[in-house]
Formats: sequence, structure tokens, C-alpha cells
Amino acid sequence: MAGRVGFHSDLITDIESPADEEGVHDSFCQLIEEQSHDHHDAIEMTSLELEEESRDDVMHLESPVYLRVDSEEPQHMECLIGGRWSSDTLKVLSSMPSRTIGRSRGAIISQYYNRTLQLRRRRQSRPSIQHFPRSARPSIRGHRVETDAEEDDNKRERLVNNLQNLSANDRVRMLRAMPLSLSEKKELRMLVLNKAEHSLSQNQIPCCSQLKYYIIIAVRHGWYGWLSFLSSLQLWQTALKCVGGHFGTGVLSYFLFLRTLLFFNVFLFLVTGLFLVVPQAVVAPDPGRNTSVTSLWGLEVLTGAGYFSDSLMYYGYYSHQTLQPKHSCSKSINGTSCGLSYNMPLVYFFTIGAAFFITCIILVYTMSKSFGQSFRIDKSKGLLAIKVFSSWDYKVSKKSSVRLQRANIGTQLKELVAEVNREKLKFSVLTRLFRVFIHMLAWLMCLGSTLACVLAVFYFSEHMHKKDVETRTRTSSSDGVMLKEASLLAVPVLVSCINLILPGFFNAVAWMEEYDSPSVLNYVSISRNLLLKVSVLGVLCHHWLGRVASDPEQLGLQCWESFVGQELYRFLLMDFIFMLLDTFFGEFLWRLFSQKALKRKRKPVFDIARNVLELIYGQTLAWLGVLFSPLLPVVQIIKLLFLFYMKKVSLMMNCQASGKPWRASQMTTIFITLLCFPSFLGASVCVTYTMWTMKPSAGCGPFRGLKTMFQAGKLWVQKLAADNPNLSWLASAHSYLVENPLFLFLCAAIFLIVIYFHSQVVDGQRKIIELLQEQIENEGGDKKFLITRLQDIHERKRVVSPRGVRGASEDSSYS
Amino acid sequence: MGGTASKLPKELLSEYQELTFLTKQEILLAHKRFSELQGRENGPYGSRVSMEKILTLPELKSNPFRKRICYVFSTCDLGDGSLSFEDFLDLLSAFSDSATLEIKSHYAFRIFDFDDDGTLDARDLEKLVNCLTGETDDTRLTAEEMRQLLNNILEESDIDKDGTVNLSEFQHVISRSPDFVSSFKIVL
Repeated sequence: MAGRVGFHSDLITDIESPADEEGVHDSFCQLIEEQSHDHHDAIEMTSLELEEESRDDVMHLESPVYLRVDSEEPQHMECLIGGRWSSDTLKVLSSMPSRTIGRSRGAIISQYYNRTLQLRRRRQSRPSIQHFPRSARPSIRGHRVETDAEEDDNKRERLVNNLQNLSANDRVRMLRAMPLSLSEKKELRMLVLNKAEHSLSQNQIPCCSQLKYYIIIAVRHGWYGWLSFLSSLQLWQTALKCVGGHFGTGVLSYFLFLRTLLFFNVFLFLVTGLFLVVPQAVVAPDPGRNTSVTSLWGLEVLTGAGYFSDSLMYYGYYSHQTLQPKHSCSKSINGTSCGLSYNMPLVYFFTIGAAFFITCIILVYTMSKSFGQSFRIDKSKGLLAIKVFSSWDYKVSKKSSVRLQRANIGTQLKELVAEVNREKLKFSVLTRLFRVFIHMLAWLMCLGSTLACVLAVFYFSEHMHKKDVETRTRTSSSDGVMLKEASLLAVPVLVSCINLILPGFFNAVAWMEEYDSPSVLNYVSISRNLLLKVSVLGVLCHHWLGRVASDPEQLGLQCWESFVGQELYRFLLMDFIFMLLDTFFGEFLWRLFSQKALKRKRKPVFDIARNVLELIYGQTLAWLGVLFSPLLPVVQIIKLLFLFYMKKVSLMMNCQASGKPWRASQMTTIFITLLCFPSFLGASVCVTYTMWTMKPSAGCGPFRGLKTMFQAGKLWVQKLAADNPNLSWLASAHSYLVENPLFLFLCAAIFLIVIYFHSQVVDGQRKIIELLQEQIENEGGDKKFLITRLQDIHERKRVVSPRGVRGASEDSSYS
Repeated sequence: MGGTASKLPKELLSEYQELTFLTKQEILLAHKRFSELQGRENGPYGSRVSMEKILTLPELKSNPFRKRICYVFSTCDLGDGSLSFEDFLDLLSAFSDSATLEIKSHYAFRIFDFDDDGTLDARDLEKLVNCLTGETDDTRLTAEEMRQLLNNILEESDIDKDGTVNLSEFQHVISRSPDFVSSFKIVL
């Protein structure tokens, strides 16, 4: 190994006269002497170096491979001035730290020694005195750790020492992260544990810290057990592996997203079920209520009305009083509470609020984690290198899928190379204008069609509303009942049709536009679909809250919340039925058609973006409906379970992997963001608006008699303050913080300022990265220069000195 | 599979759990599959399985990098790519779900370094691209495309401009790729 040579900046100033050895720095002289003084010495020394290095090499690198570098043609280094390198230069090159850091065990150990040192320093701001003999001062200890020993074993011992002084968690993490073979890690661990035991037995540890030690071990075992239990619970593990093996990470992300949504709904169901449904189910229903229902069996599952309309499923069933189970009270008198009492309105209000709040936190956390993984600070492109190094999906195991993946990567690489190296096509002004015109036309068409559909939904729902009002004034006959029930389904069917047909139309428009890059096409189609769904949902919310809720007597409704809940149930169900039909017709029949009739060999491609947006739409409906129908998450869970198996079967039978590139993790981030921002935010704004301003119906539900649903919380706080004068601050805090909008504005302003500061920090880091890259380039230039100088000097020395060479290997590397 | 099936002793299991990124189930499953590969030879579980047998695993059978993977993780002195059980665990740990980006990029670098010289030079990169695109003529890149591609890659990733991509430069490129961690996975 070429010894450590201290490089100074004024090393070799003149390149003109390299033979002038006096101009060379003395340490470099030493290097030259080592390399070229005497052939025998040189060869001996170099072969010694060689042996040392091959001993140093870890695992399986056979020395013959290494030596072969010597005896064969030396490799051409393209960027350096071409030519053959002498074997000594090659040896110097190949033993450079930048090349050995990945392979030599000594290099890895010293790297991790440094890291454990940093970690120790970070963790222990002050060394704990009791571990040291009285004579050792802390400052000396600091120095002792820094002295650098060159030998391998010594380094290893120091690493073991450092590891031992880390906490158990850190130690485990460090050991795991070391890229050494398992047998070496076992050795290190054994050394560390032996040392730990040794030191333990030396000091007398008081019994309480020994107890602490045992507790920590027990907790850690329990934690590992819990983690493995959790991982064994992984739902659908084999199915997902199968899908990933056939279709790759892109399609897999759809199914993972579905699984995430399922967990959200299970959580929602647990919360509402535990706090709302179960208590209400246990207690007998409210006696004074209108329970006459005229209904037709069979249509009920579709409309959610009829038998279901007065059940636990909807808001109207829930009591507005404090529940007291009959058997726990001997006599129930107004004012005295006996045993268990359950203030239903309060619980309803707080449950819904808490469920939304916790869902919000989980969503924001997932989103930020996903965003952190996919966002990179430096703007440099590096597309090709990234594609070549990281595009191979190792999970794909089926032979045909591997072949397909190879074809995909080949195509993408060719396209990318062509794109990157293509001279910017100068479009003439006319062509550019034409393209802009086409884009504008396409957007106009899409927006126009969206607006048309939104207006259609608006007027049709108004029309159905009016028709409903009319039929109520007339006496209902038994024939009209079926029609009436079926007419409830009209608006959902219309909306689902729009959701089905319009994305296809958008795809056709995008095909006409001929986008250059597939990622832009993806984003454009996602945004168009999103706009459609958001506007449709907006119109529907206006219809429910603005028309139905504001004037429920028009429809003869005693309970507008239950009605809205039923509407949402119908929408959810229709969405599911249409997805079934779409899978059947869109994928199965289309495959048959295209294979038999059109005789095409390629199966249809699974449209990931569209399917994910449909999932988000369904989830928005579920979130909107939780307030009005606490059992709606159950419906959503059943729907998602069905959907998973159906989509998987259809995928396997009918589809094939896409030829277009799909940046999976960026897309996953976008989907989670879409789930959080338009979807969840919209739903929570709607629900908050309902709770804050809408007047609950007087005849049913837990909030009857109150002005708004929000009042339940306010009344409770006031009651608490009245009962207990110490808590009066709670009431005043409530009225100032929660009801006063100024507080919310202040919070929002503070968040914006924090975000601005962070963005400035990111900008600064970007600049630093640019500077560092320049610096590394300069260092690379230095390295090249030195290597070429070394080679020059060596060649000159060889010409001069005699040819008596012991090993034949040197000569063969020269012409 | 006659005789007593060799079970993994408990201390060893917990030691493996601490030193690798695998969970207990994954280690036991790996042990089962490895024993199946060992077949009739019910030798001490420290014995090695030859590379041909390892390559019959369905997860590795069609992988274009399968031979390199075996060479990289093998600790055999003969360099024949045979894996012991601990090497097999190393392999699964590096390819597991919870392995860090650093471990994955480290091993990916060694897998791509076809001539084992510590850097990825133009020849390594060419072999890598050929592995990725396949053997058939219509998916392979032409010589001109290959030359341009190699130039582009080196331009983008070689920061110190020495004509090769060393480990740090490779890790720098990988850190910009969010898909790497999710695609560098093999699960039994």
C-alpha cells in the first residue's frame, strides 16, 4: 500500500521538466524511490504488497483474479490520457482508498470504527465518571480514543471497545448495518459480549441496575416477539408476492394502496363500533318513535332504505339521552345517575371528532414519510444512471415476466438515450403555435365535458328532488312504491356512469394530443380525472346540505341525516357495482374481443391511475358518510375485500404488464397526497360544516333539540364548569380558542412561516451541494494529474535502469 | 430427508435475529428452504450448497444477476459461489424489507462490479446494461447507443471524472432514486 504521503499545495509547479527530481517534494521522492529504485526491490516490495492486500481482501476474492490484472493488458481508463499503465501504477490505483472501501475488511472496520466513535460522542455528552479509575481524567480519555492505530487487529479491538460502550439498541443497529459477512459479525458480537461480561464481573454493579439490565433484556425480547407477530399478520402476503412477481412494483402499489385503505376503514369501524354501535345495540331502542316501514325485500340492500332505515346503521336510531342500562338501576329518577351512564350525544360528537383527528394524523404522517423518501434536494437529473442502476425489479421471478421486464428496460433505455442526446428539435413557430392550440383545445374539451356533467348532475338531482316532493303530496299506492324506491337509485347511477365514461373520453383526448413524455401524460390525466370527481362530489354535497338539509319538511323527512346516510350508502354501492361491471366488460370482454376479433396478441394493460382514483373517490364517500351512518365503514370494508380478489383474478386472467415506465414511489406519494388533500380534507370540511352550522333534525338522532351538533360539546363544558367552579377556565378557554377564528388564523400563519424557513434551508443546502460537486471534480483532476505523473516518472526510470527483472510479469505489460 | 431434521437452536436464532434484518419467521423459512436445497446430505448445517443448487431457487432462477449474487455473498475460499447457511442469511438480509439503503447499495455495487476491482468502469457498465436488456437481438442496444449510454451514465454519475464510478459515487446516485429500495428486494 502506498504509504500516506502528505500532499502540499505547492507540489509540482512545472510540468515542463519532469526529470528534474529536485523540484519534487521529498515525500514524493520517497514514493518514487520505493517504486523505481531497484527492480528487485521493487518487485519484492510490490509482491509483498500484493500478498498483504490479498490477505486483506475479504471473503471470496481470489488472488488469481487480482493478479490477473497484472499480467493481462492493463485496462484503458477512458477519461485519463489513454495508454497503458504499468503494473505498479495499477497497483497504486487499485489500492486507493476509494476503491477498497467497499471490499477490504480493514477499510470497513475502520469506517465503522469512526461511525461508532461519532455515535458515542453524540450519545454521551459527558462521560460517566464511575466507569473510570480515579486517576484517569476525562480529557485524557478523549485523547486516548483518538490515537489512530494502523494495524487491523488493533482497529478491530477498538471497534469492539466502541461497540461495547454503546447502548444495546445502538449496538444492534450498528452491527446490523455493517456490510460484513455473518460469521464476522458473530465474532465481533461474541467479543463485545465477552468483554461486557468481563467488565461487568469486574465492577460491582449494584443490584438495582442489574435488575434494570434484566428488565431491558426482557423488554427487548418482548419487542422482537411483537414485531414478528405483527409481520406474521401481514394480510395477503402471498397474493401480493404473486402480483409483484408477475407485474412488477407499479401494479403492486395499487394493491398496497388498497390494503392501506382497508386498514383505515377497519380502524374507523373499530372506533365507531366500540363507542357508538355496541352501547346503542345493548340498550333497548327508544320507545317513542315512528317505526312503520313499508318496504320491498330485495331492493333494500340496494337502496339502504326500508328495513334498514330504522336500524343501527343510520344516525336516526341513536338516542339523544344519557343511556343507562336497565338492570343496573333499581329506579331511574331524573337527575340521579346510577352506575353506568353513557352520554350518547357527547360520545357521538367526540367519537366522530376523534376518529377524524386520528385519521388525519396517520395520513399526514404517512404522507410526509412517503414524501421524504421520494423528494430529493439536488436538482441534477441523472435519469439514465438512476435507471440503469435501480430499475431492475428483483421481486420479479417468473420467466416470462423477466423477459418482459428486460424488453421494457431495453425500450426505455433506448428512448431515454435518444431523448437525452437528441438535439433540441427546433419547431417552427407555426408548429409550436399549432401544438399550443391543440393542447388548449384538449383542455377546453375536458373542462367543458366536466362542466356539462356537473350541470347534468345538478339539474337532474334537482329534478328528482322536485319529483320526490310531488309524489309525497300524492297518496302513495303500492305500485308506486317500487318505482319510488327505484327512483332513489337514479342519481347514483348517473354519477357512476359519468365516472365510468368520462375518463375514457379523457384518455382519447390525451391520445389525440400526443404528449412527448409519459410522465407528463400521467400527471395530466390524473389531474383531469381528479377535477371531474371533485366537482361531482362538490355538487352532491351542495345538493344534500344545501337542499335536503335546509328544508327537510319538503320531502316529508323526519330525519334528514338518515336520508343523507342512505344516499351515501347508495352511492357507495352503485360505485361498487359499476366497478364490477367495468372489470367484467372493460377487462374480460375486451380481452376476448381484442384477441378473437381484432387478433391482437397483447392483452389490455391495467390502468393504475384510474383505478387508484376510483379507490380514493370511494373512500371520500365513506368518510363523508361516517357522521350520518356509523356502520358505513363496514360496507366499505366488505367492498374493498371483494374488490381485492376481483381485481387480482381479473389481473391474472386478462391483463399484462405495462410497457410504459412507472415511477412507483413517486406515484405512491402522489396518491397518498391526493388521499389526504382533496379527499380527506374535503370530507372533514364537509363534516365540520355540518356539525358547526346545520340544524339537526328535531325528531331523531342524538342531537335532537340542539341548535347545532357542536352545541353538545359546548353544553357539556358549560355543565362541567357549572358543577365544578374550578373548571371554569375550561369553559372560557373553550369559548376563546375553539370558537374564535383568530386563533386558527394565528396557527396557520405560524405554520406558513415555519414552512418558509424550511424552504430557505433547502435552498441553501442545494447551493452547498453544487459547491461540493465542484470541489470533488477538482480533486479528481488532482488525482488524474498525479497518476499520470507517476506513470511518466516510472516509464522514464524504466527506460534508464537495467533490464534485469526477476519476474516476467513486469515486461509483459509493456509493448 | 431421512433422520432428524436439523432444527435451529434457539440461541442461534436470536443471534441471527440480532445480526440480520430478518424476522424470526423469515429465518426459520430460510432454514427450511436451505435444508431442502441440501437434500439428502444431512450433514452439519455448516455445510455449503453449491451454486447450481442455489440457482434452482425460483426466486433466483430467472434473475440475470444470479451468478454475481452467489459470488458476492459466498465466503468460500475457493471462490466457486457456494453458499453456507449464514451466507444465505446474509443474502436474504441484504434483500429484505427492512435492510437499510446503505447495505443494499453496498451489495448492489458489488454485484454490478463484474471484474471485482472496486469500481464500475466502462466494461462493467456495459455488461450491466447487457444483463438488463437481455440477450435477444431486438432488445439489445446497438453499439452506437451503448456508447452514448455509457457516456451519459459516466457524465451523470462520475463526479471526480476519473472514468469510473466508485462506491461513494454509486451510493450518491442511488440515494437520488426512490425506487431502489423497493425494487432491491427478494422475499422467500
